[in-house]
Parts: sequence; C-alpha cells; structure tokens
Amino acid sequence: MKPSDREKIIAHSIFLLGCLIVLYPFFSILFLALSEPGTRVSGFTLPTGIYFDNFIKAWTGGGFSTGLFSSFIVVVGVVGITIFCSIPAAYAFEKLNLLGVSPLFAILLVGLVLPYESLIIPLYYSMRKFGLDSSYWALILPQIGLSIPFSIFWLRSSFKSIPVALSEAAMLEGAGKIVILVKILLPQMKPAILTLTVLLFMWTWNEFLLALIMIQDADMRTAPLALSYFAGNKRYGDPAITAAAAIWVALPVLIVYIFLQRRFISGMVTGVEK
Amino acid sequence: MINHRPHKIEYYSNYLYILPAFLFYIIFVLYPLSDTIITSFTEWSGIGEKKWVGLENYKKNLADKKITSSIKHSFILIIFYSFFPIIIGLGIAGIMVRVKVRGIAIYRAILFLPQILSMIVVGIAWRWIYAPKGPLNSGLDFFGLDDISRAWLGSFDYALPFVGLIGTWVMFGFTMILFIAGVQKIPSELYDAAKVDGAGAFAEFFNVTLPGLKGEIIVALVFTVTLALRNFDLIYITTGGGPGTSTMIPSMFIYKKAFQMNQVGSASSLGVMLTLLIFTLISLIIITLREKNET
Repeated sequence: MKPSDREKIIAHSIFLLGCLIVLYPFFSILFLALSEPGTRVSGFTLPTGIYFDNFIKAWTGGGFSTGLFSSFIVVVGVVGITIFCSIPAAYAFEKLNLLGVSPLFAILLVGLVLPYESLIIPLYYSMRKFGLDSSYWALILPQIGLSIPFSIFWLRSSFKSIPVALSEAAMLEGAGKIVILVKILLPQMKPAILTLTVLLFMWTWNEFLLALIMIQDADMRTAPLALSYFAGNKRYGDPAITAAAAIWVALPVLIVYIFLQRRFISGMVTGVEK
Repeated sequence: MINHRPHKIEYYSNYLYILPAFLFYIIFVLYPLSDTIITSFTEWSGIGEKKWVGLENYKKNLADKKITSSIKHSFILIIFYSFFPIIIGLGIAGIMVRVKVRGIAIYRAILFLPQILSMIVVGIAWRWIYAPKGPLNSGLDFFGLDDISRAWLGSFDYALPFVGLIGTWVMFGFTMILFIAGVQKIPSELYDAAKVDGAGAFAEFFNVTLPGLKGEIIVALVFTVTLALRNFDLIYITTGGGPGTSTMIPSMFIYKKAFQMNQVGSASSLGVMLTLLIFTLISLIIITLREKNET
C-alpha cells in the first residue's frame, strides 16, 4: 500500500466517523418516530416496521399546519424586506460617495454580535403599546432590524468584488446610479444574494426567543414555538409523537438545504474568508 | 467610488440609499438597546413608573449566588461549545494537511447539518438520546454497564456537561469544515520548507498549520463563544435551567425575571451584563490573536 493511499483511508475514516456522529441523533429520532405506536423502542435497535401514525398524530395534535404557515409568513416578510433594504444600503456604502461611512458601518457592526436578550424587554413593551403583540409584525419587524447588519456586511463585500470598470463604463454612457445598480451590478451578485436568502431563511425559521415572548395566541405560533409547546404537553407525552413533530418542523429547512447545500456551503466558506 | 463632483443635492440623496435600512436598525435595535440600558438602572415591574435606583440592580446581581453561578455555567459551556470543537477541528485539519479527499462535498454537507436546524429540534433529539429509557442508557445496559445509566438531564452533576456535549456536537462539524478549507489555502512551500528544516509532524503543526489558520480560528472562536453565552433555546427545551439551578444561564434568568417574576429592571441589568460580557470576550479574542499576527 502506498503511503498516500493510507493517508486517504485515514482521511475517509475520520470523515465517516464525523458524519456518523452527526447523523446518529437524526436517525435515532427518525426510527423512534416511525416506530409502531404503543411499543417501547429502546433506541438501540433497528425498527421492525414503518408506521406513519405518529406523524399523523403530531400533525393534528400540535397545530403544525398553522405553525408552518406562520413561520412561512414571517420568513417571507423578514427575508424580503431585509434584502430589499440592504441592497441599496450596501451599494451606497461601497460604491457611492458618503461622508462618515466608517462610523456608520461601525455602528452597524455592533448589531452583528448583539444578543436578542438585550432587546427583547423593550421590544415586548413597545409592541404591546402599539397593539402589535400577537401579530406577525411583532416577529417580522425586530428580525429585520437584527438581520440588516449582517446583510449589509455580506452584500458590501460582494459589491467590492465587482470590478469598478463595469460601472464606470456605464457611467460614461450616462446611466444613473439606480440603473447601474439594477442593470449592471445586481445580475453579477445573484450567487451572493441566493446564499444570503438561504441564511436569512434559516435564521428566521429557527428563531425562538422572540416568538416565545411575543406570541400568546396559539393560532399564531411559529413552527419551533408550536414544537416547544407540543414537547412540553403531557397529553402527548409519548416521545415517539414528539419525535415526529420535531421532524415536521425540521423538514422545510432540510428540503431547502438538500437542494441548495452545495452553493450554500461554498458561499459560507468564501463569505467567512471575507 | 463613482468619481465626479456631485451637486450638493445629488450628494445628499446618496444617504437615501441607506435610510430604510438604518430606520429599521435604529427603531428595532438601537432604540431598544438604549431603553434596556436605561431600564437597567431602575426598579420596574412592567407597569407604572420606573423608579431610578442607580447601580443597585448590578450590585444585587453580582451579590446573588444564583446569578454568579449562572455566569460560571456559561464559562463551562464555552469549554464544550468552543474549546472542544476547535481542538477537534484543528487536530483533524492537522492530519489532513496534504490529503486530497474525493467526495468531500458530501461529507461537508452532512457535517454542516446541525448548523441549519432549530435548536428546539436538536434539543428534542438529544432529550430522547439522554432519556431514562433512551438510546444512551440502552447502549450502556447492552454493554452491561447498567450501574452507570441514569436520567442524565435530571442529574445535578451531569446535566450541565451533557447539555454542553450537545453544543460540541452542534459545533464540531462547522470547525472541521472551516479549518480543513483553511489548511488547503496555506501555501505548500511552507510545508516543504518545514520538511527541509527537518520538522516533525508536531513542529509542522505548530509552526505552519496553526499560524496559517489564525483567521479561521478567530472566526470560529467569535461564533462559538457567542452561541455558548446566549444558548437560550437549547437550555429552555432540554433542562429549563434545572434540576434546581444546575444548568441556569444568564439568558434564562433574563427570561424568567422579565416575563415570569416581573423584575424587569433587574432582568434588563442582566441583559446589559450579558451583552458586555459578549463584547468583552469578542474584543479580547480579536485583539490578542491579531497582535500575535503582526509580530
């Protein structure tokens, strides 16, 4: 055996072991969810058959159709408005003459690491004051605010990588700033915007603390919030039904990930380097 | 930069591009942040007037054993969320310096999986694994280790490290991918030079690989430390801070004080302290690692 072959085998073994450790909990609850209702699964053996009863019970008992719908509305609102506002801002930061770009950008950077815990108390009382608590806006508006720093940061580095010559040529032909942005720069940025969309989608979909505080109405719970109430409900104390519920909530994110993962991960890795 | 001398009005109109984004940021981030800071100096139950108490809330927090120990728990969680995954990632990256592996995209996709899922889903999966009759205990029974098996998350001694291990599981794939990608960008001449100098595997790791990954290590530290300090979702769904207060962390106290105990001023001061802690640690990470880079 050549030494390079041996190295490859070691590398593959490490990767396989890592993947096994990552996948084990997923398969563990998948087998649990697919198990025959009423039987005790040890979690250490393969299931004897496939039963979907737990999935049906979880879907009807936990209100996940409304949960998924609420999450969908919030995600569309947050991702759409965030990107719509961040693109011109990042464009102005990178390509237009602005006085005080550095201090403004520094203020934005604070938002990159700011925890929700430092904002939720006043947000809760303000939303109540304006009668927006228990409305989707109570979830959408704050998440736009906290998504904007990262989005501008991300898009600005993407604008930076576009050669200046492109926009200058268009300028000489008399194109305005907005035309240059929409017709020339944005088409170059499709991959960066796609990665950003996926990232914002996942963060918004998975957000929990804000929903826990703002949403009192059971019909407006987001999917993770509905899941947490369901998991704490003694009436559905069967871990197999809870497992099925968890899979319902994870499913939309998993589907998006499976389709876009290649682009998404390479976008992440190059994005981190910037 | 678009470079011609703009008219004044045209120049100021450039600010319109950043206006919508900044309005959202100011109204829903900067204003609440300032409000939290102001409330942190008051006593307030959520209704009525806020009563100014100066630094009283902060003094009480620092004197409260439950709160100081919750901060200690956060630091223990940093070991599990940050330190372990980074050590694992670095070790593996060190082994894979010159191996070109085929099919790495699939491995990456799987290793990244814990990053994309809701912590509520992750917590429910692990609650099952740690359950009294769950896979972990069944596995222990299978190997005849019945004596060790217990309700892991219900144990005063084991709940915190076992929640920490979930964090290690969430993070190690991310650090692995990040560091392996970073190692491949280190110029191979550096490794050749080390070999000429007669450097062994250890010297190669400490002289070439580790310095070459400095940027990635900063990113990984900032990312994992922030999550370890926040971490609300995972604690909420797995232990709720218990048993007793053995897994309580500051964000859990903020939630309980503000929304269950009506101690809004006190909760705000804890929020400010948590934010300061995050900022301090991140600044420390960036300053210490950057300076070494320049020498």
